[in-house]
Amino acid sequence: MSHTELDPRLAPPFPQAALPVLRNPQLRKNVAHATDVIQGKRAMLVAEKSDWQELRSAAAAIRAHALENLGTYLTQFEERCTAAGGTVHWAADAAEARRIILDILRAEGASEVIKIKTMTSAEIQLNPALEANGIHAYETDLAELILQLGKDEPSHIVAPALHVNRSQVREIFARSMGRSDLTDDPQALTAAARSYLRQKFLSVPTAISGANFLIAETGSVAVVESEGNGRMCLTLPRTMITLAGIEKVLPRFTDLEVMLQVLARSATGERMNPYTSLWTGVTPGDGPQRFHIVLLDNGRSDILAKKVERQTLRCIRCAACQNTCPVYRQTGGHAYGSVYGGPIGAILTPQLMRMEHAQSLPFASSLCGACYEVCPVKINIPEVLIELRTQVVDREREQPVRVFDAMYVGMRAASGIFAAARRFRSAQRLGRIALLPFTGKDGWIRSLPGLGARWTATRDLRGMPGQSFREWWAERKDNQQQ
Amino acid sequence: MRASLFITCYNDTLYPETGRAVVKLLERLGVTLDFHPEQTCCGQMHANTGFRAEAYSQAKRFVRLYRDTEIVIIPSSSCVAMIRDQYPVLFEELGNEDLRRDLQALLPRIFELSEFLIDKLGVEDVGAYFPHRVTYHASCHGLRGLHVGDRPFRLLGKVRGLELAPLENLDRCCGFGGTFSIKNAEVSSAMLASKLRDVLTTRAEYCTALDNSCLMHLGGALHRQFAGMRTIHLAQILASTETEPAEEFL
Repeated sequence: MSHTELDPRLAPPFPQAALPVLRNPQLRKNVAHATDVIQGKRAMLVAEKSDWQELRSAAAAIRAHALENLGTYLTQFEERCTAAGGTVHWAADAAEARRIILDILRAEGASEVIKIKTMTSAEIQLNPALEANGIHAYETDLAELILQLGKDEPSHIVAPALHVNRSQVREIFARSMGRSDLTDDPQALTAAARSYLRQKFLSVPTAISGANFLIAETGSVAVVESEGNGRMCLTLPRTMITLAGIEKVLPRFTDLEVMLQVLARSATGERMNPYTSLWTGVTPGDGPQRFHIVLLDNGRSDILAKKVERQTLRCIRCAACQNTCPVYRQTGGHAYGSVYGGPIGAILTPQLMRMEHAQSLPFASSLCGACYEVCPVKINIPEVLIELRTQVVDREREQPVRVFDAMYVGMRAASGIFAAARRFRSAQRLGRIALLPFTGKDGWIRSLPGLGARWTATRDLRGMPGQSFREWWAERKDNQQQ
Repeated sequence: MRASLFITCYNDTLYPETGRAVVKLLERLGVTLDFHPEQTCCGQMHANTGFRAEAYSQAKRFVRLYRDTEIVIIPSSSCVAMIRDQYPVLFEELGNEDLRRDLQALLPRIFELSEFLIDKLGVEDVGAYFPHRVTYHASCHGLRGLHVGDRPFRLLGKVRGLELAPLENLDRCCGFGGTFSIKNAEVSSAMLASKLRDVLTTRAEYCTALDNSCLMHLGGALHRQFAGMRTIHLAQILASTETEPAEEFL
């Protein structure tokens, strides 16, 4: 497994990044198998809910309402959380969030922290920043632990090590824990992780988490998980630091009734996730006695301001879109060059990068619409993909080098051709002549130059027939009139 | 019944036999067809590739050309989805209220071929004969855009001699995606390989669909691999009879 930080600023374009994965049978098998299993479980649990579409609508409405009134609900959250003994920090970008967290850890005198799985911390590249400042972060989520010990990166939002199978896990654990006796029996592997992690839970007094939801009404934070590592981190340490995107807020406590139902079913194919932890500030004598929450913007306000793109922020990170996506199924998550892979990553990452990086991602989709169909908060991902593609093209229109881009030139030329039927007819005739040298005796094209070669590398192309439909129609009409 | 055929740019250019089959089929069913010679493209390729201004010009053209037409029939679900799902957004965004109104009035009169047969003509048995084992590929736009549901199966089910072979993972994209197949040719090919495994498992002689775009993709690979299976648009199967078998490009 290659170790590359998932940084959209440095990542190669998607088509290039996908190549090594497409040629990796183990990885493709792992991803296809894992996504099939989760999709199958999800489909069963969605089918048993007769009101699934109503639940989706309710979840979408709750999220949309929260975003439309985000300022109000965040202020309310800050007030209630502060009143309950929490400290609320605001971070405009990744650098500020890292600095705030480092300052808290320095004040705590921490040289180690334990972490509950948080994608947002990967978004802000937190672990390398901590490491550079002499603070070691221990991932306690089993999948994150596998990745950390294997010097690998997350490839899926819910199951970050989805691309790794158990014999690979055995190898990683055996090497890094000095346990050459380990078998690839899942129970043995889990037991090894448990004893490794137990020491950390008992000895490290500072923890970092993400958040699934923030409740404005009560100032509470909700974290859902499957392994109980989160519960450990939320009860044993002295200090808890939570990093959350500002979009995570829900207006009322009762909104969880809808959100937890759609999240568990969509994410892991479970009726209810095994552990749901909720805490409000600090409770004397119970759990962490110091609680900090860092509310991260990092481009989210900009997304919020845009009409079509805003829906991106409804996302509750269930990864149902990744599991169903036929592109993700082939490439896995790393090709997306960001911790957010799959369809949601293809729209979220370029926007978080303010459309300065990751511009190949909006094009990394066949627009098949499977993501929209499963999204529990009804994000119309194809619609946002097209919107972002339009922005990429609009920017290209202003660049002089566009005249060397065959796709750009071709699309502009096609537009001129489609503007008048007379031009279209001429183009059809010209095309027939131009393709003739490439067309075999059987009427098929096996090889084309230029952009066409990207088609004929793996597919033949039917040659152009001698008569277009409109020519046939005109001829037929003439014959009928005679 | 009178109806106008919007053949689509790629059917016109590359798959005229599909257009001829639509004409043969619908005339057999008593529909008087008309073909507007000024038609070109619905703008889908431009819209989906990010060329919105160009797509807008084509959308305008389409609505102006067809706003007074009684019924428009389109043998391509993705072009119908473009018109139904993207045109309203385009017109709203560009603030063209007149076109938006014309479109709203026109939309209920636009039909994909299988929709027209089942919903408008109310026929399932179109009198077709096609003595072959056939599998049906559900194009993404037909499945999730138009929600055509079981319409194609109801039509195929009534074709005499036809043996329908069910396709596994029916809801999974073949990887075409328009310019996606060029821009992301390798990923597109990987998706195609995965779809072909399911398609070939059916041991059908023909793979059919509502869209020649998917079929161009699948058919291009089947031809490359000498796989012994051909693609054929649904219209060509439905047009086929004992006396006049399906017209094919060999």
